Amino acid sequence: MVAKLAIRDAGKRYGDLDALKGCTFDVADKTIVSIVGPSGCGKTTLLWSMSGLHSLTSGEIDLDGQRITGPRPEIGLVFQEANLLPWRNLMGNILFPFEVKGQKPDMDWIAHLMERVGLTGFEKRMPRELSGGMQQRGSIVRALSLRPQVLLMDEPFGALDAFTREEMNRLVEEIWLETKTTIVFITHSIEEAIFLSDRVIVLTTRPGRVLADYPVNLPRPRSLETMASREVFDLMNRIKADIYGMSSTRSRTAAE
Amino acid sequence: MSDAIPEFRKAEATEVGITGSALTSGVGARTWSEVAIIVAVAIVVIGGLEFVLWWREVPDYIFPRPSLIAAALVKEFPLILPHLGYTLVTLFAGFTIGAVIGMVLAAVVTQYPLVEKVITPYILVLVTTPMLALVPLLILRFGFGYTPRIIAVALAVGPMVMINAATGFRRTDSAKIALARSYGATTLQMFWKIRAPMALPMILVGLMIGSIFGLLTAVGAEMVGGGFGLGNRLTTYSSMINMPEFFAVILLLSFIGILIYITFFLIGKKWASWQT
Ligand SMILES: Nc1ncnc2c1ncn2[C@@H]1O[C@H](COP(=O)(O)OP(=O)(O)OP(=O)(O)O)[C@@H](O)[C@H]1O
Ligand SMILES: [Mg+2]
Repeated sequence: MVAKLAIRDAGKRYGDLDALKGCTFDVADKTIVSIVGPSGCGKTTLLWSMSGLHSLTSGEIDLDGQRITGPRPEIGLVFQEANLLPWRNLMGNILFPFEVKGQKPDMDWIAHLMERVGLTGFEKRMPRELSGGMQQRGSIVRALSLRPQVLLMDEPFGALDAFTREEMNRLVEEIWLETKTTIVFITHSIEEAIFLSDRVIVLTTRPGRVLADYPVNLPRPRSLETMASREVFDLMNRIKADIYGMSSTRSRTAAE
Repeated sequence: MSDAIPEFRKAEATEVGITGSALTSGVGARTWSEVAIIVAVAIVVIGGLEFVLWWREVPDYIFPRPSLIAAALVKEFPLILPHLGYTLVTLFAGFTIGAVIGMVLAAVVTQYPLVEKVITPYILVLVTTPMLALVPLLILRFGFGYTPRIIAVALAVGPMVMINAATGFRRTDSAKIALARSYGATTLQMFWKIRAPMALPMILVGLMIGSIFGLLTAVGAEMVGGGFGLGNRLTTYSSMINMPEFFAVILLLSFIGILIYITFFLIGKKWASWQT
């Protein structure tokens, strides 16, 4: 399959600190790929580079074979913590991208998305009047309203409670089943990564490189039973071992 | 221009002292019973004052009774009214000039950290120095008309607005700027759609404090020199020991002050309530 996104030897230095180095992998079209890795290993750096908000200091990232040099309309971004503008109501937030681009919004599509995420009727609410989960759903609608081909999500549900988080995971899968938007998903939760993804990529400690790349061949939509299967259990333990292995080598080298 | 994403820096909260919430957290009456209590207390206070002043036989030139002040206000109102107008013209003109300059300076200067560092001490000097002190000098240069007063008011308002607005404009939230940038926002869009709304609560605080300082300066300037304005009425009435009229003017001044406060309170409630 042809790669939607190609990350080629991506590297990013902040001063004399290598945040990311020699990171290479592909994201196939219409798939969900999760990225997990120890804190501070460069996940956000990588995602922001994919979105064109950051430039790399070495290597490149291509979208459909074309190098990404700045923000692209084909790429949507969902931030950690919903990042709604507090002075606009929900609909004002969802229409914000259209205002900036001077583009006419597709109101039917937006209404459909609002319905899909269960926000119909909340259009006039201010962000502070919405729960954290609702805010994040709003930000997903905002990102999807432009019909991006790629959706980048940086720990979007990290701040939510476990229940809401599971609900949001199901929602992301449903949306994906409907739109087949290519999704790159960063998370600290291995379970969340497995539940959502077709592939889970494990990054090393800083500077981030690909340590392991696991395909997740589970039927969709995924259910509690799938998640309780032997296969998932094994995979979860392998990823945990990867991450734990890194932290123990690090503490060992630190102790020496 | 600091339009580039401040990479990963957390939003810097640089508020000092008053925050935007000062605008929206005011106390207002909610229910009719509250209103009734407030009115009753007011009647008791004013009535009590009237009674005590009458009972202790306090002379009018020390503290006139509320009824005398009210009567003086009604009687002298046609005479005072033009002066009220002069004061409001001074205040409005000076405020507008000062506020616009203050806001524009804040918006521009916060884009250039070095420039900001260099000029901030001077702004602080302007904020802390009572502009009233300059009035005699301004009168020497500009005569006894509106000009020196408007300049003094603008000098009192401008730095106050600027320093607060700058605090607002400095509140860059890198995630929100990144959001706008990810949609390809231009520098101008970034300003009007992100920076300005984010700064608005602090700008309103600056405008409110600035307008109160402006009122003080306007009246003070009128007291120092020139033959018109409410400040001039104050000096005239006190020199003639017309205390009821003197207090009637003071009453009008506090009324203007309260009106200014309520105006900004309502604006803040409408446009800056997302803050809290
Ligand atoms: N603007 C910057 N200047 C200097 N160092 C930075 C900057 N941004 C990030 N870093 C450093 O680069 C490394 C990677 O940061 P990044 O935020 O990408 O990690 P992350 O994997 O997303 O971490 P987390 O899991 O905690 O979100 C970290 O060590 C961080 O301190
Ligand atoms: Mg991160």
